[in-house]
Amino acid sequence: MPAVIEFDDVTKSFASDRRSAPTVAVDDVTLRVNTGSIVGVIGYSGAGKSTLVRLINGLEHPTSGTVNVLGVDVGRASESELRGLRGRVGMIFQQFNLFNSRTVRANVAYPLKVAGWKKADRDRRVDELLRFVGISDKANQYPRRLSGGQKQRVGIARAIATDPEILLADEATSALDPQTTAEVLDLLREVNRRLGITIVVITHQISIVHELCDEVVVMDGGRVVDSGDTYRVFAHPRADLTRRFVAAVTQGVPSGDVLTSLAAGGGTLLSVEINEFTSEDVSAVFHRHGARHSVVYGGVTDVLGRQIGTLTYRVRVDGAADAAAGSATDAAIDRIVAELAAHTEVHRPEAAVKKEVAS
Amino acid sequence: MNDWKTLAPVLLESVGETIYMVAVSLAISGVVGLVIGAALYATRPGNLFANRVVFSVMNVVINVVRPIPFIIFLTAVAPVTRAVAGTTLGTEAAIVPITIMASVVIARVVEQNLVAVDAGTVEAARAVGAKRVSVLFGVVIPEALAPLILGYTFMFIAVVDMSAMAGYIGGGGLGNFAIIYGYQQFNAGATWITVAIIVVIVQSGQLLGNWLAQRVLRR
Ligand SMILES: Nc1ncnc2c1ncn2[C@@H]1O[C@H](COP(=O)(O)OP(=O)(O)OP(=O)(O)O)[C@@H](O)[C@H]1O
Ligand SMILES: [Mg+2]
Repeated sequence: MPAVIEFDDVTKSFASDRRSAPTVAVDDVTLRVNTGSIVGVIGYSGAGKSTLVRLINGLEHPTSGTVNVLGVDVGRASESELRGLRGRVGMIFQQFNLFNSRTVRANVAYPLKVAGWKKADRDRRVDELLRFVGISDKANQYPRRLSGGQKQRVGIARAIATDPEILLADEATSALDPQTTAEVLDLLREVNRRLGITIVVITHQISIVHELCDEVVVMDGGRVVDSGDTYRVFAHPRADLTRRFVAAVTQGVPSGDVLTSLAAGGGTLLSVEINEFTSEDVSAVFHRHGARHSVVYGGVTDVLGRQIGTLTYRVRVDGAADAAAGSATDAAIDRIVAELAAHTEVHRPEAAVKKEVAS
Repeated sequence: MNDWKTLAPVLLESVGETIYMVAVSLAISGVVGLVIGAALYATRPGNLFANRVVFSVMNVVINVVRPIPFIIFLTAVAPVTRAVAGTTLGTEAAIVPITIMASVVIARVVEQNLVAVDAGTVEAARAVGAKRVSVLFGVVIPEALAPLILGYTFMFIAVVDMSAMAGYIGGGGLGNFAIIYGYQQFNAGATWITVAIIVVIVQSGQLLGNWLAQRVLRR
């Protein structure tokens, strides 16, 4: 697949005042975005997500490295070449950024006007766009009168008006409630599938990446610490930050007070990472070893239709209720752990240290 | 003492002169101030046409001129007035210093209202590929329209005030009338009628401005 966006060793720093060192917002980033994909950019506040995306449509220029978008070298393009590029790259915003002095219709018509469309063509196109985003009835209203969800629909209609090849969405749903967020995500999916527009979505909500994005870029302190196929990144994290993002939804391995109270319940605690190796597969292993087990902690989440997460089981091997049978139990548990570890990562939280058996 | 039969036509003429002075100087300074104000906004560091030198020069000039008391400014710019209007007396001459001072103040008022426009809106217009000049005049200024109307309303009142002061040094209009007939001839009636007329002019302007701003704000 050809790449529509290519970053090669891109660094962007902002000179603050003369005294202090410049802020490095994007630090030596190399990445490719394939035509027709939906890519999520995730990271904590200040990670450089917005800066990364603003480099794509030339609202920022790279300090070093090259940004190539749709064949345009953004860092070296002239102002008028950049304007041409921006007609091919739409953008939507967290705060919608609609023109309050213009009606919904005029907001959506604005990019067409900028691109030099004739009035009759503009009117036809605006009608079509408003129908696509489902707000035809609000055409002559002013944005102030609209709900957040309606505003973002106008924002999307405006962003795709000139039929761009790329759509940039900077925290496009962060100001919306969960129901409206779901609707806007559906709309974005439709923009991608029906119109074939490549979408770059910035978010700090991992759930949005899980539901929407084919690929993900994890940013930390300006650097890309993990990237690739969404399921791969979250099922087999390469960076601590990715692991923390996953743990935020699936709770991860118990520790502290939670662990203390779980440990008081007896048996042996095993935390198993769920990925291609599903919870059914884990149960099957326990059954084969005749171990009684129940989930006492953790969670799984759905990434584009597949499971990931961490489940903590309380495992009892028969006869283990008797403390004297300790060593026989340990041997049984060790066999279970060894078998699980051949497929996925297993932790014994009570051991306080991760016990990972190499596969 | 003059009686009202002879005073009335003079008063009427003064009202006409005041309206003329205010209208002409507000029209010119309105446009000049808008351009300078927009330039101040646009050249500010980080903005559309960021240019530290141009911004600083305009900023300093405005900061120097604006605090000068108008009554002193009138005499200070007399050479300019003479060069432009050919005289320093009369209505035409008064228009020159009023226009200069009003331009400077309007520039600041415009700048302040444009700075308040959400940067996100500007970014959205830029992201669409609009030229920077059309972002400035097609998006930023329309977005600030309601406060700009209120700012101009405020300036209308300030210009009426300046025109009255210009009367003090022979500028004609109601200020001149109040000084000659009210103050120098101890005619309290003339003073009060001038006050009343000015109140009416100012109030009409204020009401019109509020009404226009409300119309814009309601959408
Ligand atoms: N125009 C600018 N001038 C100076 N510093 C900037 C500018 N824009 C961004 N920065 C700095 O660059 C860093 C990255 O900012 P950026 O807005 O890209 O982060 P982000 O990941 O989008 O954060 P958030 O989730 O809060 O939006 C921050 O430290 C920020 O202060
Ligand atoms: Mg951001």
